[in-house]
Amino acid sequence: MKRSTMFIAAGLLAAGIASTRDAAAQDTIKVGVLHSLSGTMAISETTLKDTVLMMIDAQNKKGGVLGKKLEAVVVDPASNWPLFAEKASQLLEKDKVAVVFGCWTSVSRKSVLPVFEKDNGLLFYPVQYEGEESSKNVIYTGAAPNQQAIPAVDYLMKEVGVKRWVLEGTDYVYPRTTNKILEAYLLAKGVAPADISINYTPFGNSDWQTRVAAIKKFGSAGKKTAVVSTINGDANVPFYKELGNQKISAEQIPVVAFSVGEEELSGLDAKPLVGQLAAWNYFESISTPANKAFIDQWHAFIKNPKRTTNDPMEATYIGFNLWVKAVTAAKTTDTTKVIAALPGIETPNLTGGTAKVLPNHHITKPVYIGEVKADGQFNVVWKSAGEVPGDAWSDYLPGSKDIEADWVTLKCGNYNKVTKVCSGQNFK
Amino acid sequence: MIHPSQGGRWLLMLLFALGVVVPGNAQSPKDAAFLSTLGELRDASFPDKASIAERLSQGGHSSVRAVLTALLEDRLYYRNSDQKVFVAKAADADPLSLIDPLTLKSAGASPADGFTKIGTNNSLRHTLRMTVAHFSLSSPEVAVRLEAVHDMSESLDEETVSLLRKRLAVEASSRVRKAIDTALALAALDGPDGSARLSAIGTLADSVSQDVRNRLALMLDKSPDGSYVESDPKVRSAAASAVASIDRGRTFYSGIETLFFGLSLGSVLVLIAIGLAITFGVMGVINMAHGELMMLGAYTTYVVQTAMPGHIEISILVAIPAAFIVSGLMGVLMERTIIRHLYGRPLETLLATFGVSLLLQQLVRSIFTALNRSVITPEWMSGELKLNDALSITYNRLYIVIFTLIVFFVIMGVFKRTRLGLDIRAVSQNRAMAKAMGIRTEWVDAMTFGLGAGIAGVAGVALSQLTNVGPDLGQSYIIDSFMVVVFGGVGNLWGSLIGGMSMGVINKLLEPWVGAVLAKIFVLVALILFIQVRPRGLFPPRGRAAEDK
Repeated sequence: MKRSTMFIAAGLLAAGIASTRDAAAQDTIKVGVLHSLSGTMAISETTLKDTVLMMIDAQNKKGGVLGKKLEAVVVDPASNWPLFAEKASQLLEKDKVAVVFGCWTSVSRKSVLPVFEKDNGLLFYPVQYEGEESSKNVIYTGAAPNQQAIPAVDYLMKEVGVKRWVLEGTDYVYPRTTNKILEAYLLAKGVAPADISINYTPFGNSDWQTRVAAIKKFGSAGKKTAVVSTINGDANVPFYKELGNQKISAEQIPVVAFSVGEEELSGLDAKPLVGQLAAWNYFESISTPANKAFIDQWHAFIKNPKRTTNDPMEATYIGFNLWVKAVTAAKTTDTTKVIAALPGIETPNLTGGTAKVLPNHHITKPVYIGEVKADGQFNVVWKSAGEVPGDAWSDYLPGSKDIEADWVTLKCGNYNKVTKVCSGQNFK
Repeated sequence: MIHPSQGGRWLLMLLFALGVVVPGNAQSPKDAAFLSTLGELRDASFPDKASIAERLSQGGHSSVRAVLTALLEDRLYYRNSDQKVFVAKAADADPLSLIDPLTLKSAGASPADGFTKIGTNNSLRHTLRMTVAHFSLSSPEVAVRLEAVHDMSESLDEETVSLLRKRLAVEASSRVRKAIDTALALAALDGPDGSARLSAIGTLADSVSQDVRNRLALMLDKSPDGSYVESDPKVRSAAASAVASIDRGRTFYSGIETLFFGLSLGSVLVLIAIGLAITFGVMGVINMAHGELMMLGAYTTYVVQTAMPGHIEISILVAIPAAFIVSGLMGVLMERTIIRHLYGRPLETLLATFGVSLLLQQLVRSIFTALNRSVITPEWMSGELKLNDALSITYNRLYIVIFTLIVFFVIMGVFKRTRLGLDIRAVSQNRAMAKAMGIRTEWVDAMTFGLGAGIAGVAGVALSQLTNVGPDLGQSYIIDSFMVVVFGGVGNLWGSLIGGMSMGVINKLLEPWVGAVLAKIFVLVALILFIQVRPRGLFPPRGRAAEDK
C-alpha cells in the first residue's frame, strides 16, 4: 500500500518536473493523463492513470514512438467538472501534449469537449457511456449502449426468459439516457408498459429498503422479472446488501449491472452477490495469453498481486495501442493527421478479438455477460458472436435513429440521413 | 473446525443420523458408479452438470445429498494432482478441510491451491436447490424443512405432491404442517373435483402469500374464448373473496413494513446525530469533521475484522469499544490541539474542523488507498426475520434499531447519573459558575468532545454494515446529522431521538409516492419551513442558560 502511494507521489513529482523543463522536452512526445486523483471519482480513475503510465513505460522500453520517448503529463482534475476543462486546456495549450487519455463520467467528458474541439486536441475516452455523441476530436474506446446495454437485455429476454423489467438507476445523465434507449427497445420488442418499472435514486443512496421491497413486490406478479441496474458507484454496495438481506437471490430476480466490475467487487463482500450479472466487454477471468500477460504486467507495475483489472483498463490499453499505431502510420503526432489515420486502424484486444476504429470514432468490441463468483471474479455465461461495432446514435430513440456519424466520407458527427443536414459536431 | 457453516452443520448431522461407518477400501458397485458419475462433474458444461446431478440423485447413494448440497454451496472441489473429487467443510478456506464424498468422513486438510472448485451458475443452482429440497424434507431442522417445502411448492408435480403427503403424515412441527397444507391446497386447485377446489380455497384464504394470491387470481381470469378459467361459479366467488382478503392482509402488513423502514432509517439518523448532539448541541462546537470520526470508526471495524479473521462473528462486538476509543482519542486530540483555541469563534471552528476532515480523509487514503474496504457482515446479522409470508424484517436493520436505543439510553445515563454528566451539564449551563465551584472546565471540555467523537466512532461501526467503507463515508452523512440536531432542538438529546425517528418515518412514507429523490427534497424543504416557524427546533432549550447561546 505504502509503495503504491509512493509511486503515485513519484509519478506526480515526475510530471511536475516534466512540465518545468520545456526546453529539454523537444526529443520526447508528451502524453496527457486527465484522470481524477482526488475526490469521489479518484477510486475509479486513479487505476486508469496507473494503466496509462504502465503502457507508456512499456512503450518506452520498446524504444518509444517514432524514435522518441513518451513522457507522461499527469494532472489532477479532482472530480471537479469545470476543473476538467481548465486542466484540459492546460494540457493542450501550455504542455502541448500530442494526445490525452482521460475522463470517466459523462459530465466530465461534456465539460472538456469544447476545449478539445477548439484546440484540435485528441482525447481517448475509455469508459462505457450513453452514446448520442460523436466528436471529431474524441475516440470512444468504451462501450456504446448497443455494445453493453442492448445485448444484456437481449440475453435476459432470450436466455433467461425475463418478461418484467425494473430499470433502476442513479439520477444523472448516463442512466437516464440508457434507460430511455432500453425502454424504447423493450417496447419495440412487445413488452407491455405495465411490465416496465423505471426508478431513480440520488447519488450515493444508502437506504434501499423501500426500493428493494418494491422490486420484490413487482417481481412477485408471477412473471420472470429482472433488474437492469445503472446504479452508479458507491450506491451499489448498500443495494446488493439489501437484496441479500431481503433474501432476493439471483435465481429469483437477477440483477444485471453496467457499472459493477472486478474493482468495485474487490471493495465488498461478494458472497451475497453470487450469481448476479454484469455486462462488459472484458472480464479479468477470461483466459487468453494476451490477458494473462496484461494481468502479470499490471501486477508487476503496481507491485501488488491482488489488484484486479477491469473493463475501462482494457479500453485504455486498446486506446493507447490504437494511438501508437495511428502515429506510426501517420509518421507524425500532428493531431489532424493522426485523427485522419485512426479510422480503420486495428489492434488486438485482450480477449482474443480485434478492436477496429470505425468512421464514427467508436470501436468494435465483443460483449460478455458474467455471473459474479464468490471470489469477486466473473464467470462468463454468454458472449456475442464476434465483435459488435459501436453505434454512436441509438437506433431506438426517435430523435436519433436517422442520425449518423461518419468522419471519413461525411466528415460529420451528427448527419441527419432524412434531411441531409449536418448539425455541427454535437446534438444541440 | 473453526467456523461451521450452515452446510457444515447439516453434514455433521447427516453423519450422525447415518451412524454407519462404511468400511474403508471395500467399494461396492454402487459406490463405484457413484464415484464415476461424480467424476464427470469436473469438466462438464453447466447444462451437463444439471443432468449429472439428476443421475446422481436417481442413483440413490447415501452420500448424494451431502455432495449435491456441497455443490450448491460451492464446496465441491477436485484435486488437481489425481482429479479426485472432495467435499470441503467450508468454501474458500485455506487450508481446505476435506471430506471424502463416499464415506463422508474427514479426509484431513490440504492447501487450497492444489484444488479446483467445481463451479455452478444460476440455472444449475436452481435445479440443485429443487433436488436437494427433496432430501431436506426429512432434515431434523425445522427451518431446513420449511425452506424445502417452499422450494418444492414452486414446481408441484405428482412426485413432489406424494412426497409432501408422506411427510405430512409424520410431520411434528405445526409451521411445517401449515406450509405443506398450503402447498397441497395449491396442487389441489388444479384438480378436477369442484368441491376439493372449494375446500382448497378455504385453506388458502388465511394465507398472505403473494404466490397464493397470484394463483387464486388466475382462477378469475377468462380464457381467450370468453369462458372463465374456473368453470364452477361457486368456486369462482370463493376465490374472489379469498383474493380480496389476502389483499387486505398484505396492505396491512405493508403498512407495518413501511413503518419499520422509517424507524430503521430514523435510527441510523439518530445514531449519526447523537455524537453531534453532544459536541454541537451541548458544547456549541460546529464540528465539520464529525463524519470523518464516523469514518474512523468504520475503518476500525475493518482493521479489527482483518486482525481476527477466524472470528468474524464476534469481531463486530470487539469493534464497538475499539471504535469508541479510536474516534474518542482523535476527538480529544482535536479538542486539545485546535478547538480549545477557538471557543466562541464558530466560523473559525467550522473552517478548522473542515480542514481536519480533509486531513483525516487524506490520511485514510494514504494508509488504506482510495479503494473501498470490504467489511464482512457476520452471519447473525444477515438475512431476515420472517414473521409471515407478507412481513419480514431484515436482521441488520433490526439490530441497528436496538443498538441505537441502547447507545441513546447509555448516553442519557451518563448525562443524568454520572459525575462526568453532572460536570458536563454544569459547564454547558454556566461555565464561569462551574469553574468557581472547582470544576476543571478544560478537562470537562476535552471529555465532552471525546465522548461525542467516540459515539461518532460507534455509529461508524453500524454504518460499516450498511454502506461502503471508504474515505468519503463521512461526507455522505454529515448533512443529515446536522439536520437531525437542528430539527430536534440544539442541546436536547430527546429532541435528536424524536427528530431523527420522525424524519426517517416521513421520508419512508413519502418514498413510495414520489420516489427517493423527491422524498429527500420534500423532507429538506419541510425542515426549512419548520425552522422558520420554530427556529430552536422541536424541543428548544429553556431558561436563562438558553439565552446566551
